[in-house]
Amino acid sequence: MNWITEHKIPIGSAMEEVVDWLTDNADFIFDAISISLEWLILNIVDFFIWLPPFVPMIATAAIAWFVHKSVPLVVFVVCALLLILNLGYWQEMLETFVLVITATSISIAFGVPIGITAAHKPWLYTILRPILDLMQTIPTFVYLIPTLVLFGLGVVPGLISTIIFAIAAPIRLTYLGISKVPKDLIEAGRAFGATPFKLLYKVELPAAMPSIMAGITQCIMLSLSMVVIAALVGADGLGKPVVRALNTVNISQGFEAGLAIVLVAIILDRIFKAPNAKEEG
Amino acid sequence: MSAISIQNVDVIFGSNTQKSLAMLDDGKNRQQIIDKTGDTVGVHNASIEIKAGEICVLMGLSGSGKSSLLRAINGLNETSRGKILVRDGEKMVDMANCDSATLMHMRSKRISMVFQNFALMPWLNVLDNVAFGLEMQGMSKKERHVKAMHQLKLVGLDKWADKLPNQLSGGMQQRVGLARAFAMDTDILLMDEPFSALDPLIRTQLQDELIELQQNMQKTIVFVSHDLDEALKIGSKIGIMESAKIIQYDIPEEIVLNPANAYVQDFVAHTNPLNVLKGHSLMTPIAELFEDEQGLHIDPKQNIKLLLDNHQQLVRITANTLELSMQYCPDDQDISSLNPHAITLAPPDINMRRAIEIKHHTGLPIILALRDKVVGILNDNNFYHALLGKHFSVDLNEPEQSTAKVI
Repeated sequence: MNWITEHKIPIGSAMEEVVDWLTDNADFIFDAISISLEWLILNIVDFFIWLPPFVPMIATAAIAWFVHKSVPLVVFVVCALLLILNLGYWQEMLETFVLVITATSISIAFGVPIGITAAHKPWLYTILRPILDLMQTIPTFVYLIPTLVLFGLGVVPGLISTIIFAIAAPIRLTYLGISKVPKDLIEAGRAFGATPFKLLYKVELPAAMPSIMAGITQCIMLSLSMVVIAALVGADGLGKPVVRALNTVNISQGFEAGLAIVLVAIILDRIFKAPNAKEEG
Repeated sequence: MSAISIQNVDVIFGSNTQKSLAMLDDGKNRQQIIDKTGDTVGVHNASIEIKAGEICVLMGLSGSGKSSLLRAINGLNETSRGKILVRDGEKMVDMANCDSATLMHMRSKRISMVFQNFALMPWLNVLDNVAFGLEMQGMSKKERHVKAMHQLKLVGLDKWADKLPNQLSGGMQQRVGLARAFAMDTDILLMDEPFSALDPLIRTQLQDELIELQQNMQKTIVFVSHDLDEALKIGSKIGIMESAKIIQYDIPEEIVLNPANAYVQDFVAHTNPLNVLKGHSLMTPIAELFEDEQGLHIDPKQNIKLLLDNHQQLVRITANTLELSMQYCPDDQDISSLNPHAITLAPPDINMRRAIEIKHHTGLPIILALRDKVVGILNDNNFYHALLGKHFSVDLNEPEQSTAKVI
């Protein structure tokens, strides 16, 4: 049976060749993406850091109030942010926040249209489904390596890995929401003379909105769960102290940074959850 | 003048339309076509003319193709073959073969629709739901809200304008559905079992409201129903469908009196004839009455006799030799104002419910007279006959089956 092991199928090396080829021939594209995204993110982060801490704090509390009209939520948001400030993770928190929001925005910008198209064209979803499964199941570190090679060290490979991991949620839930729109609502739209465009904007999207919002919330949570991994390839944020604490077996630092991540997660989750989702479940 | 003209329409669901059409032409039935091509025949060779202002009811069991035909009229279902001409001002537009711009135009200006499960947008309030079709037309928000409010007032829901549909009862939701369709100001209204999801009391109420609204609006309505009583009540024409075909298209009374086959007869047997049947189809004609020198015996029990002259004009009526007074009861007279001791003359097209009420009020038979000429009489046994469903003409295609049903 030696011949099985002797003639190894070159899957790994083939992949490596692809990445090598990309680095040799399309490097300028990846560099351009890398430089512009990094410039964008760092500038947004710098802007937030430049603001006095109470400005983002009040802004977040105000958003929480306008979306949910809930006093306990506002109190929680303010207390959580004060605690993060007190622990000394304000800048890291902002970096993480910007990373998550950027990753989520890009995921939504691509994921929602892809989900809509997939719902309208069943053959597309047949192709997409295994790809989405792959993106969600393949261990993160595996694609971290090529992204690192292609985009270089820093925030961008972390961002790209985060998007690869998180984009499946908005695609799937948009697809689900649009394909589950009750048939009679579609018929009503068509019967009253809606053009395909109006049908999408006035019937399908509003009807699918709860599902799409759930996809966005999930996307945020998935992005946040990538913070530590993004830190491994050099992205700034709350992941960095965790990685540093792991390397130096620093229990107190690890715990504090972990707590800050959890607080950011809860704040984002509570704010983005659809206002009536609580009643439903 | 036809508002809708459906000509030899076939509707086939599936992807092998041409093959299925060829099989249909070979006389294959629905099941054979499904087995062979996987296609479902929704409508097969339907042809009807619907005049402006008419309420045409398409009736049949579920799966008979009535909704498929209805949806073909506004193009929600694609017509596989045939023509569906719908009036658009001076010209007729073929809904089966028109471009999408024409289709949008027809749907927003000429044809509106009411759905069985209301199909209201759950995220829009009642007012915006009524304004939905107007929004699709591109009307400004202010203008469409004014129009929608007016329609809401007509259906008595103006106080509920800012509520969400799920805060309303089923009957109210369907009123919103009606208002949404009326707001479009189209001449044609398609209604797909609009009242089937409602409880019987609300259903009757909405039927009455529809009839009343129709008297003012004179729209052309195509109404789908699986309930013959409903069809008889609101329809000016009824098309009965069975396995994708229209098997009888006629006025309500003809459906009840002359069902085309056992399927229609089966429907009719379970219906309430009170609102449909007219005196002349129930009556005993004078030629069939026993006659002696004192006149025609119209009620042997009370010994009532009727004496006619040579021109079938009434000379006198006697009960046990005492002369009875007579009164004429036109269709618009209040029955409680009739003299309970006088015999009543009524026009032959009196409806059955009214005749029974008169009989109940006076206890005497009713004489049907057309311009002074007596044509027949109505007595208890005529009513019993009708109520028991024995008023069909007997010579149906399958006599064995029809006798089996009577038993």
